[in-house]
Amino acid sequence: MFNLPAFFNPILRKVPTWPVYLLGVVPAVVYFYWAVTNQLGTDPLQMLERQLGRWALQLLMLTLLVTPVRKLTGISFLKFRRAFGLTAFFYVVFHLSTWLVLDKQFFWNEILADLYKRPYIILGMTGFLLLTPLALTSNKFSLRRMGPLGWNRLHRLSYLVVILGAVHFVLVRKVWESDPFLYLLIALILVSYRIPWKRLRRGGLSGAGISARGG
Amino acid sequence: MHIISAPKFKSSEITPKADWLNRRQLMIGAGAVATTTFGLPALAKLKTIKSKYSTTRTPNTFKDITTYNNFYEFGTSKSDPAENASRLTTSPWSVTIDGMVDKPGKYAFEDIIKGVSMEERIYRFRCVEAWSMIIPWTGFQLSELLARVGVQSGAKYVSFETLVRPSEMIGQRSNVLEWPYREGLRMDEAMHPLTILAAGIYGEDMPKQNGAPLRLVVPWKYGFKSIKSIVRISLTARQPQATWNMLSPREYGFYSNVNPNVDHPRWTQASERPIGGGLFTRRKQTQMFNGYGQEVAGLYKGMDLTRNF
Repeated sequence: MFNLPAFFNPILRKVPTWPVYLLGVVPAVVYFYWAVTNQLGTDPLQMLERQLGRWALQLLMLTLLVTPVRKLTGISFLKFRRAFGLTAFFYVVFHLSTWLVLDKQFFWNEILADLYKRPYIILGMTGFLLLTPLALTSNKFSLRRMGPLGWNRLHRLSYLVVILGAVHFVLVRKVWESDPFLYLLIALILVSYRIPWKRLRRGGLSGAGISARGG
Repeated sequence: MHIISAPKFKSSEITPKADWLNRRQLMIGAGAVATTTFGLPALAKLKTIKSKYSTTRTPNTFKDITTYNNFYEFGTSKSDPAENASRLTTSPWSVTIDGMVDKPGKYAFEDIIKGVSMEERIYRFRCVEAWSMIIPWTGFQLSELLARVGVQSGAKYVSFETLVRPSEMIGQRSNVLEWPYREGLRMDEAMHPLTILAAGIYGEDMPKQNGAPLRLVVPWKYGFKSIKSIVRISLTARQPQATWNMLSPREYGFYSNVNPNVDHPRWTQASERPIGGGLFTRRKQTQMFNGYGQEVAGLYKGMDLTRNF
C-alpha cells in the first residue's frame, strides 16, 4: 500500500513555516478591504465581525487537528502547529478589536456591562484571556524554560478555548441554527479525542495520562 | 469550511432611490413617456399623500431596505429573503378578518386597499437586534380598516397571522420558529394613528422580501412586531400569542416597545447601529419608544415597562 507518511513527511519537512503566517492573514486583509470599500453587502460591519470570528474558530480547530492527524495517518504537521495557533490568536484579536472599535465604538459603559452581563461575551472574552498566555509562550524560549511537561499542561487550555469559542458562536444567534452547532460538534470531537478514555475506565486520572497523548 | 465568498454587488452599482426618482421625473418632464431605461416602471404604482407623522431624516436606499431583511419564512440569514422570496405568489391574495367584528369575512387584497387613504410614512425602524433604518412606507392606518369591518365592544386585542406555504416559503420547511408567524396588539395600539398596514415602499408595491402584499408597521416597537404577508386579522378579548414571545418569553415580551432601559438578556438595547452608511457608521443612542414617545407614551401610563417589556 502507498505509504502516506513516507511520502508526505519529507516534503513537509522541506516547507518553511513563514508562508503559513502570510497566507493566514490574507482573508483578514481581504475582508477588511471589502468592508472598507463597502463590498460586503448592506451591513459590512457584521459580516466582517462574523467572518473574523469564524476564521478564528476554524484556525483553532486546525491547530487541534495536528495531533489526531499525526496519530491516525502518521502525517506530521507538527512544525506548522505554532503558526496555526498563532494565526488563530491573531484572528481572535482582530475579531475582538472589530467588536471594540467598530461595533461598540468604545461605548465603555456598554462594553463593561456586556463583560459581566452577557454570557456569550463572557465566554468569548474568557477564551481570549486563556489563549493569550498560550500565544505568549508559543516560542522556543518559553518551552525550554517551562519544560515540556509544564508547557504541555499549560497548552491544554486550548481544549477549553475551542469549546468556549464554539459555545460563544452558538449563543450569538437568535434561534438554534445548524452551523454553530456543527462547530460545537467538531470542537467536542477534537477535545474528546484527548480524553484518555481507557485510563478513565480503569479509574484514576493522572495528569500524565492526558499529556501522554500529547497536545 | 467556510470559504471567502465574493460579494454580490458593489456599492457603486446602487443608485439611491431618490436619485432615480428624480431622474425619472426629469424624463417625464422632457416628454419621455416610456422611461424604462433603468429597468424600472414608468410610474409609481401607489399614489400617496405626505404625512405629518413622517420623519425628516433621509431614508435608506431601496437596495438597503430590500437586501437586509429578517423574514425567517425565507431563511434565517439577512440576505435569504431577497434571494428566496421571489417565488411567493402574492396575487390572488386575501385576508380573513374574523373574531369580534361586525363584518367578518375573507377580503381580497384589492378590496382592502380600495378607498383607503394611502400615505407616505417615513418611519424610523428599530430591530430588536439593535440595528436601525429609515423606511418610507406606503400604507394606511390600521384603524381605517378596523372601522370598516366594525369593532365589537368586547374586542380588546388584534391578532395577526402570516401565510403558511412551505412550497414557496422555503424557510417554513424547518422549525426554527413555530408557524404560522403570529403577532398581536392591544386595541388602543392597533387604533393608534402611527400604526399602519403598509402595501409598499417608496411608492412601489411591497417587495416580497419585505412582506408583500400587506404588512403591519408599528414604529415604536421592535421590528419583529411588524408582521409580514398577513393572511389573517382577528379581534379577540384575550391577549393573543406572539411568535417570538412563544419561543423565548424572557427575551421577547408581548409589548416589545423600543426601550433603551430594558436590555435583551443577551445584548444591550441602549444603542443601535444605523444600517446603510458603511463600515464606519456611528453608533446611536436608542430613544424611548424609538422616538415616538410624544405620540404613544400615554398608551402605557401607569404601566411598569420593565415588567411589561
